[in-house]
Amino acid sequence: MTQDAAHKAIEAVFRIESAKIIAGVARMVRDVGLAEELAQDALVAALETWPLDGVPDNPGAWLMTAAKNRALDRLRQRKLHAEKEDELTREIEAQLADAMPAVDADLSDDIGDDLLRLVFIACHPLLSTDARVALTLKLLGGLTTEEIARAFLVPEATIAQRIVRAKRTLAEARVPFEVPGAAERAQRLSSVLEVIYLVFNEGYSATSGGHWVRPTLCEDALRLGRILAQLAADEPEVHGLAALMEIQASRLAARIGPGGEPILLMDQNRARWDQLLIRRGLAALARAEAHGGALGPYALQAAIAACHARAIAAADTDWPRIAALYDALAALTPSPVVELNRAVAVAMAFGPRAGLAIVDALVADESLPEYHLLPSVRGDLLGRLGRNAEACAEFKRAAELTRNERERTLMLERAAACASTIAGAAR
Amino acid sequence: MRFMMLMIPKGYESAVPGTLPDAAGVAAMMRYNEQLQKAGVLLALDGLHPPSMGARVSFEGGKPRVCDGPFAEAKEVLGGYWMIQVKSKEEAIAWASRCPASPNEVIEIRQVQEFADFPPDVQEAAAGLPTMQSQSSA
Repeated sequence: MTQDAAHKAIEAVFRIESAKIIAGVARMVRDVGLAEELAQDALVAALETWPLDGVPDNPGAWLMTAAKNRALDRLRQRKLHAEKEDELTREIEAQLADAMPAVDADLSDDIGDDLLRLVFIACHPLLSTDARVALTLKLLGGLTTEEIARAFLVPEATIAQRIVRAKRTLAEARVPFEVPGAAERAQRLSSVLEVIYLVFNEGYSATSGGHWVRPTLCEDALRLGRILAQLAADEPEVHGLAALMEIQASRLAARIGPGGEPILLMDQNRARWDQLLIRRGLAALARAEAHGGALGPYALQAAIAACHARAIAAADTDWPRIAALYDALAALTPSPVVELNRAVAVAMAFGPRAGLAIVDALVADESLPEYHLLPSVRGDLLGRLGRNAEACAEFKRAAELTRNERERTLMLERAAACASTIAGAAR
Repeated sequence: MRFMMLMIPKGYESAVPGTLPDAAGVAAMMRYNEQLQKAGVLLALDGLHPPSMGARVSFEGGKPRVCDGPFAEAKEVLGGYWMIQVKSKEEAIAWASRCPASPNEVIEIRQVQEFADFPPDVQEAAAGLPTMQSQSSA
């Protein structure tokens, strides 16, 4: 094996293990930033010794032990430095007493609670959304700073700084390494789900750049969602989110045309939807419902996605059911974006005029002034009502507002189609 | 990317009908499957009955010809598979290496062809393939 191949193999092992190691070490040192640093040190040690001594029989346990031994060293050093400050010494002694059995503990896989603690910390409400996303991908997704930067099309230094600051914020606030109690749990969990879904969406319909989708980011989010579904299996919304992402991901291949252009849901070749992911999504939705979570916001969105997934042809779509699910979603989490989607469903179920009424109310509210999908949907409904001149103007406005190049092209094409319909009628 | 981990147990080619793994073997494998699931990489898995319970359809001379198992000529047969989603072939190898397999077992790792891997002309030619997949699972 060449040096490069050996390093790749070790990095692959580390990717599998890193979240567990960081979680296990964080419980000892009670500092996520330090834990990550020590996990990295263990990786460096592996890169130095494994190519010479061979890969150990249990590489995960080797890495974990290496990181935990370094953690013990750190705690002992800290104790020496703090000897004069009684309170601090006592605290470190308590940590050491806790930490010793942790090192010797069974190195099997049973560190689910530590991982869940790490999930909650990485998505702590103290941190900005951007910081939560970066930290979650780094600590739990096992992505490198460079990979995160590439995924979000920002300079690596920006992500690195974001992560450093986030770790410092957590350390300074002395955020405890624990799963939030019952009182806080729902709110904290929703922050976690939000972060994962945000990552997914950035992959599913990239807000900027030359590509309409970035599938690897969807895969990262799916992996996190699947892990969380194991860690917090009693939480219905965790399964709701997993279901939503599985079903949406099933359409990834069908959402892009041969030239990289976006293909909208109703125009997609459903034969290209991934049936394995649909089955997984429907099963996850059933789990959410079995846990009494049918009316959670993610489960409702998953139920809507499931309606599309179950329709073998676009014409078979159960639009009245989708409209009803959007009614429930709009009542639960009122937002202009949900309202816009409800308008689309209502238009499909009960005609474009009914949908346009909802869209026009949104326009009147000025609640989505810069959102490109508002003129895009309005243009579509106007077009179906034969009001092509107005439709054309809306599509042009949508083209101006979107930051995604592929989407801009699509909007300009639709504007041109409306214009040519008008020209055709005039001829 | 997706990989199939194909389990090839030596001796399975001549296993009698109804051969099933023992409880201890299943328990160890379940712990492994659970690891895959907890890590969020497992998409699907199945075990296969021995070839003696199956059949082969060959097309020599352009006509289908059925031959009931076991198959005297087969040296390696499948015992089951896992479908996993990982970041790299190295990661797939790392997972396969952790399998509590016995000395007579081999795991072959193969990347799953995605529709997007094909050039446009092949995509067009294969356009009917995903249709069949969706109909067969409907």
